[in-house]
Amino acid sequence: MSNPADTIVVPIGRRPAARLNLRWLRDFPVIPAAILLMIGLVALFANQLAPHNPEIGTLGARFKPPFWQTGGTAKYLLGTDQLGRDVLSRLIFGARISMIVSFFAVLVAGVVGTTLGILAGYVGGWVDQVIMRVTDTWLALPALTFAIFLAAIVGPSMWNIVIILGITYWTRYARVIRGEVLSLKEREFVRLAIVAGCSKLTIMRRHILPNILNSAIVLGTLEIGVVIIAEATLSFLGVGVPPPEPSWGLMLSDGKQGLMVGYWWLTVFPGCCIMLMVLSANLLGDWLRVRFDPQLRQL
Amino acid sequence: MAVQVQTGAPLLELDRLSTHYVSAQGLRVVRAVDEVSLKLHAGETLGIVGESGSGKSTLALTLLRVLPPAARIVSGRMLFEGEDLVRKSEEEMREIRGKRIAMILQDPMASLNPLFTIGNQVGEPIRVHEGASRATAWERARELLKSVRIPSPETRVTQYPHEMSGGMRQRIVGAIGISCEPRLLIADEPTTSLDLTIQAQYLNLLRDLQKQHGLALIFITHNLGIVAKMCDQLAVMYAGRLVEYGPVSQIFNAPAHPYTEALLNSIPRMGDPGQRLTAIGGQPPDLSRLPAGCAFAPRCPQAFDRCRVEVPPNVAVGDGQSARCWLAAPHASAAIASAGAA
Repeated sequence: MSNPADTIVVPIGRRPAARLNLRWLRDFPVIPAAILLMIGLVALFANQLAPHNPEIGTLGARFKPPFWQTGGTAKYLLGTDQLGRDVLSRLIFGARISMIVSFFAVLVAGVVGTTLGILAGYVGGWVDQVIMRVTDTWLALPALTFAIFLAAIVGPSMWNIVIILGITYWTRYARVIRGEVLSLKEREFVRLAIVAGCSKLTIMRRHILPNILNSAIVLGTLEIGVVIIAEATLSFLGVGVPPPEPSWGLMLSDGKQGLMVGYWWLTVFPGCCIMLMVLSANLLGDWLRVRFDPQLRQL
Repeated sequence: MAVQVQTGAPLLELDRLSTHYVSAQGLRVVRAVDEVSLKLHAGETLGIVGESGSGKSTLALTLLRVLPPAARIVSGRMLFEGEDLVRKSEEEMREIRGKRIAMILQDPMASLNPLFTIGNQVGEPIRVHEGASRATAWERARELLKSVRIPSPETRVTQYPHEMSGGMRQRIVGAIGISCEPRLLIADEPTTSLDLTIQAQYLNLLRDLQKQHGLALIFITHNLGIVAKMCDQLAVMYAGRLVEYGPVSQIFNAPAHPYTEALLNSIPRMGDPGQRLTAIGGQPPDLSRLPAGCAFAPRCPQAFDRCRVEVPPNVAVGDGQSARCWLAAPHASAAIASAGAA
């Protein structure tokens, strides 16, 4: 159809589309994204970056302060701990553990929660009742205590922590996704799929899932912060990642006695790392939420 | 449109079909569709008209057996190509939906999934029902877009719904409807969200598609103008019942039921500036507490005592025309069928 509006010549030389493509990046949180990217790269290249072995220390060089304090050396930039292990190297390898644990735990939680949420919301009836009552029960459990309980049963290891955090934190997904599915299944295109003879499974896979993926991703980003803290807490309490491996939570735990006698670097550095990563994940998640939510988006 | 004389078995035959909504405790029963009988032959168009809440849409949902959980088909038969749809299992129904009976929904503007391309969605029923490969479905989608007169279908298949105008999206939904070459297409108020010029275009398109494919069409609407333009047969619903049924031209010329007459009189006419719009007084009845006699009696200007006590029978009043009204009864002399019998 030829439309008179099509023939109006745009006086600007370049096509407006080239500019529009970058609009989704507006308000992009550059600093949080950079921090997360940096932590990710550090985790990836830990072997190349770390100046020392993170698990074996030199007992002769215990409790060295950071290099700018008296007694500190350039050999141990951020000092050493009670076993003479380099704090910087442990932080670098700790980033790897934090990244792996948070990513996979959120993935497990997301897959479990999203699946149950879609089933509850779309199938409805007794399926919905059962899933939502289980979710309510789960929410009534104190999450951390429950995680400690599970960790005590299966024993500490990094992958166990991933599973434990995954099955502790899926409830939020189930709730939010179910709510979204409930409104989505009344949408006309889902009805059209029904009258076109699609099975329930096809509708859930092809029409429901792609439409709730945005929310799932946003929730996941926000959940990353929660999971990192939970991992640190579990490690701090001694039921997380087992000792020789360097986890930020474990470093906090090991350093807590040192705090009383002035070995501040043992706790402050891992604490800052946790805070930076959680804050960055939350800010990025918040941005994604606004980006993906059509109601908050101004055009 | 002239009424063709149809021979042979009808494509669709409803026999005293009733669908009721039952409340959770079973105390309130809403008779949304009550003892509806009608016939539809291949290539014919049936218009179903009635006020909001008269059961038109429930009837459409009943035909495809996609009723909400509270609704039940309580009695009757739905013969489609000789098979009773009421007795089909859910799996068998899924084979029929979209393939042999297709439906266009009330709001075609919202009927497309915003996340998938047009080609993907038009091809979906083909892939679901015929197990066609992605490439075949894509190819068919392109042909279908061409047949619903979408310009440059090659580029349109790769686009998303938001890149289309309302009229185009409507035609795409029409293309999805006919994608598996169904025998029967149910259109539930397909043009209410369109402006008038697009409406006319769309109705012409539907008529052409019907001619090409020999489709039977059920048109649910409250627009009698559309009925006059599109339909061969007309079924007027009131409070879940078919109050009048027959060929459109006959009903428009000589409505036998006072409700049909009132509906026809309420169409505003051009070139008659002094005339006030005629409305039907009163409100449609509560379907869970229908009056004892004729449901229309409280609003009927010609009601007499018998109307308030006894439910009127279905009376044949002319060639293929029938009405549920005591007024029609005397004209029909011996042809009084027992209530509801076809």
